[in-house]
Amino acid sequence: MKIRTLVWKEIFERKNQLVTSFLAIVLGITVIVAIKNITHYSELAVARELDALGANVLILPKSVTLQDYYTADMQNEDLPEQYVTQIAMSDVQGVDNLSPKLSVPVELGGKDFILTGILPKSEFAAKASWAGAGIFSHPIGCGAVVPGLNAQPNSETLVRNRVIDDLGPDETLVGADVAATTGLKEGDSLVLLGKTFAVTATLPQTGTIDDSRVFAHLHTVQEMTGKGAVVNAIEVIGCCVEISGGLIQKLNKLLPDAKVVTITQIVDTQVKTNQMLGRLSTIFLAIIVLVGGASIANYMYANVYERRREIGTLMALGAGSSIVLKIFLLKALMLGVAGGIGGYLIGTLLAVTMGPRFAGVPVLPMPFLAFWAVAISTLIALVASYFPARRAARLDPTTSLQEV
Amino acid sequence: MLRLESVTKNYNHRRNRVKAMDDVSLEIAEGDFIAVVGASGSGKSTLLLVLGGMLSPSSGRVLLDDSSLYEMSAEGRAELRRDRIGFVFQTFNLVPYLTALENVQVPLLLSGMDDKTQIERATSLLERVGLGDRLDHKPAELSVGQQQRVALARMLANDPGVILADEPTGNLDPQTCDEVIDFLAELNSEGRTVVMVTHDPRVAKRAKRTLRLEAGAIFSEETEPNVA
Repeated sequence: MKIRTLVWKEIFERKNQLVTSFLAIVLGITVIVAIKNITHYSELAVARELDALGANVLILPKSVTLQDYYTADMQNEDLPEQYVTQIAMSDVQGVDNLSPKLSVPVELGGKDFILTGILPKSEFAAKASWAGAGIFSHPIGCGAVVPGLNAQPNSETLVRNRVIDDLGPDETLVGADVAATTGLKEGDSLVLLGKTFAVTATLPQTGTIDDSRVFAHLHTVQEMTGKGAVVNAIEVIGCCVEISGGLIQKLNKLLPDAKVVTITQIVDTQVKTNQMLGRLSTIFLAIIVLVGGASIANYMYANVYERRREIGTLMALGAGSSIVLKIFLLKALMLGVAGGIGGYLIGTLLAVTMGPRFAGVPVLPMPFLAFWAVAISTLIALVASYFPARRAARLDPTTSLQEV
Repeated sequence: MLRLESVTKNYNHRRNRVKAMDDVSLEIAEGDFIAVVGASGSGKSTLLLVLGGMLSPSSGRVLLDDSSLYEMSAEGRAELRRDRIGFVFQTFNLVPYLTALENVQVPLLLSGMDDKTQIERATSLLERVGLGDRLDHKPAELSVGQQQRVALARMLANDPGVILADEPTGNLDPQTCDEVIDFLAELNSEGRTVVMVTHDPRVAKRAKRTLRLEAGAIFSEETEPNVA
């Protein structure tokens, strides 16, 4: 027989008394796991929605203001394209998407539009020296991209994030207004600044200045304007957690000759939403710790009182205080581990089944929460049981004899 | 040898000071069989607890051979109880959720013995007390006499040299009472020291010496001529 056999048998002997405490800890962990699980996927859903609002960080030439950028979208000042490489190869974490662009005015069918040069994703991946370090070795999407849940058509990705996988040197994508005004459609060709392009796709209506743009490969636009390897701006989608953790300062340090600005409304919304969800989880955790802990402590005190003769007998038979302490803490450990596992399983089941119904987001199981569930549950059980266990260990062994 | 040197034990009971042992000095030789008698509250159980290293005296010393019990650490006294002292209780104090075999295994577990040896030794002890066919019975499934025999087997688990018994026959019918006393006498004949608290004069007569306590002091001492 081992001490754990003794503890195990006692648990089953008095299982009815244990049920309330066990349920308290299981329900507590269930609630925490379910909330954490649903919150996680809600955050991702919110992040995806906010992502649609576009870039939240802009890198501009020093003398250009944010207002200049929004008013004209083009300015005479420019930045070296090499800054993109510098960011991509740096160890700065939290850059989700990088979109360098160079815009020039063009005339098409007697109307003024904007020709915007962008860099397709394939250009990043093609540069072998970037593959081992920099942006593509960092997690892309800040966790916002859920496999199987976030498939988007290529043209829509461009509209939303200014990211497109491939774009040839003679290919263009035309905005909705450009297409409507000029009658251009997929497969047509057009001439811009003396160069002929094929229309690869027409983009859906966005209601923004992007509808008046014609997108072409950045390097083609650079060549056509004769400006060399420069860009007007680099649009960045930064992870909001990293932005609040100092991403802007890091970018400023990396690019001292450029101006790094945040589009505060977007970032604030992201940060506030995440903070609210985080606070909700913390409040629930505090309630669970208090209710679960109090319930276990209460049960343990009652258990020690009820077993004082048994404890006295064990002491008379030669058990020291350390063994008595071990017996009660082992019981707490078993209670905590079982409560954690039970809570994780029920919580995950609840989250997966109820999440889509109540939060409107698809929820998948999160195995790493099992570790936290067991750790929190065990910690609560051990802390709550420590003082009752210590009382048991300090019990007067004379209680095992009746006459005293 | 067990020795008490001017042992006094005072309790505070509802703000009143109670003298449970009053300057008691006593020598108990190895292999002795002592019955402690006296009225309720005379200090019999206090004497037993003090001898067993479970209750520290207010003053005086208690020695087992040359070791002063209360100058040891609490853990040291627990080890000494485990290895050298066996307790028998009036109400047996068996662990209700363990079987007879497991109850006898408890002291062996505390000694750090492995599972196989624990089971072999516990089985052999239960066979010795005539309960070889009741190994898997829980205390509630045993008669009162059988429960006391399980308690005796458990007391013998670590082969103690000193046996301290508190009213071991108090809850037993006359026939079982005789069996238990016979068993204690048998253990004494093996060279173990037995100190037994009892109210029953018939049981006390089976001891070699009888100490009568009154108000926490030894009032008289008799030697049973027939037993010695």
